Amino acid sequence: MNVMSPGSVREALDLLASDGAAVPIAGGTDLLVHWPVRVEAHERTYVDLSRLDSLRPLRWTADELLLGGLTTYWDVIRDDRASQEFPLLVDAARQVGAIQIQARGTWAGNIVNASPAADGVPVLMAYDAVVVLESRRGREEVPLDRFYSGYKEMKRRPDQLVVGIRLPRRRYSYQVFEKVGARRAQAIAKVGLAITRSGAGWRVVAASVAPTIRRCPAVERLLETGTPIASPEALRPAIAQDVAPIDDIRSSAQYRTHVMAQVLYHDLGDFWGKRA
Amino acid sequence: MTTLTVTFTLNGKPVSLRVDPAARLLDTLRYQLALTGTKEGCGEGECGACTVYLDGLPVNSCLIPIYQVRGHRVETIESLDPGALEPFERCGATQCGACTPGVVMTAWWIREHVDLLRTHSIRELMAGNLCRCTGYDGIVESVAEALRESASRKREA
Repeated sequence: MNVMSPGSVREALDLLASDGAAVPIAGGTDLLVHWPVRVEAHERTYVDLSRLDSLRPLRWTADELLLGGLTTYWDVIRDDRASQEFPLLVDAARQVGAIQIQARGTWAGNIVNASPAADGVPVLMAYDAVVVLESRRGREEVPLDRFYSGYKEMKRRPDQLVVGIRLPRRRYSYQVFEKVGARRAQAIAKVGLAITRSGAGWRVVAASVAPTIRRCPAVERLLETGTPIASPEALRPAIAQDVAPIDDIRSSAQYRTHVMAQVLYHDLGDFWGKRA
Repeated sequence: MTTLTVTFTLNGKPVSLRVDPAARLLDTLRYQLALTGTKEGCGEGECGACTVYLDGLPVNSCLIPIYQVRGHRVETIESLDPGALEPFERCGATQCGACTPGVVMTAWWIREHVDLLRTHSIRELMAGNLCRCTGYDGIVESVAEALRESASRKREA
């Protein structure tokens, strides 16, 4: 096993450019799972990002929250302003695992791990996050809702590093994150939902019901009409257009679709109830 | 095999040793340094039996590559006051003992950071330590009792 420990982002980008198979590693909460038995993973070259302190802090500007490439869940949980302005980030961070994971896991790592069951990605996507990628060839920004092209397939080239995540600061009239798992803590989502409404419109983002985390454009269009939804069943045609759940170890396609409709219906009921 | 040298602070003292770059912090603690108080449970960051502090925060040492602790501060269960275990024994929150070192590490961290209870419950903060013997009410009660004792000791001091 080969470990490179760059002391600067520049040096890290040089390493990624020179070895297309090198794996960047931040908190390790995905890459180290069952490590001793995953011997094939021991043959790789790792680019250890842990010394790149400049990527750690989150920053606020007049119109943006910028998460660094190494900002952890705990960094966001401990930021008072984040709980006021981006409460779903804090909700998701508190459910992604307990303190032991929150302290190490990074938002950027959650994006590039590309799990369809991720907790961080749906809330970032519901806030219109933009992924900032850097390589020796320059900087590229990709809206998170266009970042994935298939299961574990994404727009990041091997020579690119996620150096930041940009979130526009907006006023939200509604926002909620729902995670349905086998239990309240330490679970992987059977269904996840992040819903926001702002001047930019509705965002409905679903997890664990498709090969990638994805927005649900048909459901969003339905909500934009402003017509209250009569029942969970009334959401089914739109949901069927937007997601493609499967049966797997954690749940069944049928259960996932049912739960998604129920949870969405009850959340929206809360929204319309509040407006009345 | 190529090895690499890691230097870090362990339980308050500097250590420097040659390690297999594929070793996890957990492996180094248990098999190279003979600090066997830290246990391996699930090996996937779920159970918390391997909880240690890295720069003061509880982490799963089964998910930390050893090369990432270079220049950092690590504390293990061996660094704690043995009295940290007492409330757990009194409240029936120990049985087989596999989870106990990790449980006590997280509990002690809460005791040292009581301000966290303004936003978090004990139960949520302890959610990363699974116990398959005793259930969780005893553990939560033990942490609450440890906090009460610590607060009353501070008042007396």
